[in-house]
Amino acid sequence: MTDLAWIETTLVGARPQAMGALLRYFRDLDRAEEAFQEACLRAMKNWPLKGPPRDPAAWLIFVGRNAALDHVRRDSRNTELPPEDRISNLDDVEADMAERLDDAHYRDDILRLMFVCCHPDLPATQQVALALRIVSGLTVREIASAFLVGEKAMEQRITRAKRRVAEANVPFAAPDAAERAERLGAVAAMLYLVFNEGYSATSGDSVVRASLCDEAIRLARLLLRLFPAEPEIMGLLALMILQHARSAARADADGNPVLLEDQDRTLWNRHLIDEGLVLVEKALRHRQPGPYQLQAAIAALHARAATPEETDWIEIDLLYQMLERLQPSPVITLNRSVAVSKTRGPEAALELIAPLAERLSGYFYFHGVRGALLSELGRAAEAREAFDRAIALARTPAEAAHIRQHLDRLSADSRAS
Amino acid sequence: MRFVCLVYLNEATLDALPADEMRKLDEDSLAYDETLQKSGHMIVAHALRSTSEALYLRSRGGKVVTMDGPHAETKEQLMGFILIEARDLDDAIAVASKVPCAAYGTIELRAVAYIEGETPAS
Repeated sequence: MTDLAWIETTLVGARPQAMGALLRYFRDLDRAEEAFQEACLRAMKNWPLKGPPRDPAAWLIFVGRNAALDHVRRDSRNTELPPEDRISNLDDVEADMAERLDDAHYRDDILRLMFVCCHPDLPATQQVALALRIVSGLTVREIASAFLVGEKAMEQRITRAKRRVAEANVPFAAPDAAERAERLGAVAAMLYLVFNEGYSATSGDSVVRASLCDEAIRLARLLLRLFPAEPEIMGLLALMILQHARSAARADADGNPVLLEDQDRTLWNRHLIDEGLVLVEKALRHRQPGPYQLQAAIAALHARAATPEETDWIEIDLLYQMLERLQPSPVITLNRSVAVSKTRGPEAALELIAPLAERLSGYFYFHGVRGALLSELGRAAEAREAFDRAIALARTPAEAAHIRQHLDRLSADSRAS
Repeated sequence: MRFVCLVYLNEATLDALPADEMRKLDEDSLAYDETLQKSGHMIVAHALRSTSEALYLRSRGGKVVTMDGPHAETKEQLMGFILIEARDLDDAIAVASKVPCAAYGTIELRAVAYIEGETPAS
């Protein structure tokens, strides 16, 4: 390990807390970012000589704030505050000061920093881009490559998003309980968007995209440490961890998606699964089920099954029914149909999804699921028609290739019979 | 004398560690466990999983109350421990100073206390 690598890691780890506090001081994203950048530069200079401070985030907040205030002070010829190279890890005077400034607020600081990225007027991709820039500190170039757009275009998007945020006037006073709950909900949804950008990998650089999943998980862990008794945040983290645990098995050597029931389960990450299972159990002990917990519980049932045949489809069907009640959506019903086909057969599943045809007519997965159910029933001509519709709606070559496998199987079956 | 080395790390920093560096830290830690095994210092060592799984438990008058952990904490969290047999404090410090995680966080060294009537091990 080189010293510089260690410093970089510390800066990344401390960023949300430091940025959150600086945003509270300056009430302006650009000024907070400048102050943080300045503090990082000074850390790179000072830390290799003096070692990392005991509380890096407090150091960065203090130094960043001073650096920004320095400009003002230089103009007004006021007495200077002690320079940061005198703030050592043992000399706690300044660190204590930074802590006092920070300790009471830091939970809400980080939450606010994440929340400003969730402005409801911002489209999902802009929320994600803004969060990656502001909270994670990814460069515009990195974000642009994740979304397969030019650096300039991404720069403009982020600038526009920041302007929106500034106009929104997010209050800087400590939020009350109801406000805090609302912010948590919005932030959870935004983190799941970041995760899904990485997970669905519809376009863009696949390596950068995969790291979006790690980033979403890292931020969810942070959020849960701040709000350890929130079952939905536990559920969100568990859901992402359990899905991410399957990532090595989700694509074959050619990059084609492999369906859950065809996946090599020995490739699943046991460590992540164990962690996800504990989190699901811990969340459910609260007896306040929510959408993330229920989805995590479903993911947990898949994770527990060593073979597809051992999957507890009855329980999964029940969990989907609870999810439908909490959050009625045709997509959830479509997902439930897979469980229904296992417990009550493809006929019952087809019946369940028939009323969805109109609302989901433009949805790739609807036609894919329908095609699979029809072919299970031996209705080959109708199945072929459904698969053709799915291919037409596929967003990636891999999705299309997957449906083509179904079609090939149909042709092979019809030749065999 | 028995000592426990409590390994405190900032979990937010640990989460930000690049994958290859994390792997190296894991490998170095396992290798050091083996070194301590050979030198006769090692009794038992374990890393601990994320504090997001932590649970606090209290029993009062037969009533068990659980609370989700961790308490909101900005600094370092208990992420592992090594129970060692050392000649004296100096020996224990020598062992603790080479724990790979010491380069990332803080090791708290605590001597094992024996309750009256308990037979000290070795």
